[in-house]
Amino acid sequence: MNTLAERTERYYRLYEENIRKITESSVPYINSFRKDAITGFCNTGIPTRKSESYRYTNLDPFFNHDYKNYFIPEDSDFIKAEQFRCDVADLDAYGVVLLNGFYPTINGRMRELPGGILIGSLNEAAKKFSDKIERHYGKYVNSSSDGLVQLNIAMASDGVFIYVPAGAVLKRPVQVVNLVESETDMFNQHRNLIIVEDNADFTLIICDHTLSPVKFLTNAVTEVYVGENAHFDIMRVQNEHNNACKITHTFIHQEKSSHVSSNNITLHGGLVRNSTYHYLGGEGAESNSYGLFLADKFQHVDNYVNVDHAFPNCTSNQLFKGVLDDMATGAFNGRIYVHKDAQGTTAYQKNNNILLTDDAKMDTKPQLEIYADDVKCSHGATVGRLDDDALFYMQSRGINKREALLMLMFGFAHEVIRNIKVEALQERMDNLVMQRLKGELSRCASCMVRCDK
Amino acid sequence: MLVIKNLRAAIEGKAILKGITLEVKPGEIHAIMGPNGSGKSTLAAVLAGREFAEVTEGTVTYLGRNLLEMAPEDRSKEGIFLGFQYPIEIPGVSMVNFMKTAVNEHRKHKGLEPLSASDFLKLMREKKELVEIDSKLANRSVNEGFSGGEKKKNEIFQMAILEPKLAILDETDSGLDIDALRIVANGVNRLKRPDNAAIVITHYQRLLDYIVPDVVHVLYDGRIVKTAGKELALELEKKGYDWIKQDVEKKEVL
Repeated sequence: MNTLAERTERYYRLYEENIRKITESSVPYINSFRKDAITGFCNTGIPTRKSESYRYTNLDPFFNHDYKNYFIPEDSDFIKAEQFRCDVADLDAYGVVLLNGFYPTINGRMRELPGGILIGSLNEAAKKFSDKIERHYGKYVNSSSDGLVQLNIAMASDGVFIYVPAGAVLKRPVQVVNLVESETDMFNQHRNLIIVEDNADFTLIICDHTLSPVKFLTNAVTEVYVGENAHFDIMRVQNEHNNACKITHTFIHQEKSSHVSSNNITLHGGLVRNSTYHYLGGEGAESNSYGLFLADKFQHVDNYVNVDHAFPNCTSNQLFKGVLDDMATGAFNGRIYVHKDAQGTTAYQKNNNILLTDDAKMDTKPQLEIYADDVKCSHGATVGRLDDDALFYMQSRGINKREALLMLMFGFAHEVIRNIKVEALQERMDNLVMQRLKGELSRCASCMVRCDK
Repeated sequence: MLVIKNLRAAIEGKAILKGITLEVKPGEIHAIMGPNGSGKSTLAAVLAGREFAEVTEGTVTYLGRNLLEMAPEDRSKEGIFLGFQYPIEIPGVSMVNFMKTAVNEHRKHKGLEPLSASDFLKLMREKKELVEIDSKLANRSVNEGFSGGEKKKNEIFQMAILEPKLAILDETDSGLDIDALRIVANGVNRLKRPDNAAIVITHYQRLLDYIVPDVVHVLYDGRIVKTAGKELALELEKKGYDWIKQDVEKKEVL
């Protein structure tokens, strides 16, 4: 192993130091993936800018750093986590809290919602529902190209498990709040598994927050299975401080005639990378991938989207928008892959960005690979400034320049927000975006969790 | 109300307005006509505060104040309204939010409390009837996906809500069919009061069948070359602009 790049070796060492403890607490089935994954990780390494899909993102500031603390919880941590349990005051949702990627011990680690829906700890679910885990865990994740996915498979031991049985319809969304909290710089990883069976309808909100001002590195993998004719909406709201790095990999597998909407909203974060993989694995499936980010200072936000049209007559739609202020940088990489047999495919992609300063920078790259003939595909990307004509139009009606600029940026952002189906959530997001644009949003102001107690 | 003296303006160093002098009194409607490229829209832009045209000489006094020193939003709050030749589409900003913000900025300027949501909607409803605008348009983004006629009606709708002292309508008639033209003109006429005024910029005489001006000016090559009563518009309709051009050129030779 002495040929490993220094930083790859650092994480391999972390694996060596912790793997015994990790293995002890996990079930054999999940452990069975670890060895191959760490070998793969050593071969692939931490991605560099030489890797096509990380070309515009420099991971060095967060990965060339010694994290003393790889988080594996003690019982006392869980007691602390319980204090974060609280009601979501504004939003009518079922709440779940993850502390540093681990599900607290409360309620026997598994909660049942109407319709037989199960929510709880992945680690616990692996013990109680081995059939479900063995059927879905590790089936949708594609690790070959990304060393960070392999690192997660090798080491992650908990996260959220959600099971929505066939036909179950949950009107209220489920909200998972990811809190990271530590006294020293910390690296943490978690793994989520979401199973939405045939004809079910389910909405999930994931909120990412930092609670203490140390350096954080989070590397999370989420696997989602969406059965035939099922509806699944997933929304991620990221609001972490500037010394935090959040890397998410979301793999969504869709069966025939299923509908999925994914929405990544990044309000704050030092370095954010969201990879979203949509696999359209049955005829007539529809997937929508949306994203919005607002970045300033030295923040960097990178969205990578991969839409895989493997079956005929599927529809996909990508809309990502970014507003970059100060020295902020951003990247969008949207890949559409249409297999030879995927006739009748419709695939759209749009990426629009606004640069508010000369120093802000955005890289955007569409990547279309089409091997079928009967395909309707379009893509478009823009990087520009706010529209001067629109600004003057608003001023000429008596709206002052500052307010007009805000309204224009808000309008720009709202085109993404308006795709959120839950109306209350759409309103809440609009408010958050407005506060963020006004510069009034601190990392706590937005938090839907009321942890003032 | 508005006194323009020897106004000269340039765009990227090229002189467009070459000394315009004009006075508009309360209660008057002035029509400014002229061939394409004569500087009509530049004059409107300068009055509204658009920055692309640089004023090189002259003064504009509005209600006793130096208009050229005022920001566009302040001009609006002081009662100037520009009806755009090409109204701008603003995706993501709803008409309701747009107009509510504008109205409340105007009210704040006058020292009034903001309108409540229900009072504002009432105001919108009232004014919508005036311009026969489709009520659904109000819920859409500003001008987004509106037809040409809808956009122009929307300008008059905004004017009706803001109740300006001085309306400047820049080729509001262009691209309108006869029904839309009638509605737009009707809106303008119904908003007319003894204490407000309007400058109607138009290429064709057609609009002036519906809006009867007190004074007609002909703008040619950056100058007002002829000023007369409403009969001038009819003469232009009959004879076109060529005789004016020839007149001007003859004078220049002399």
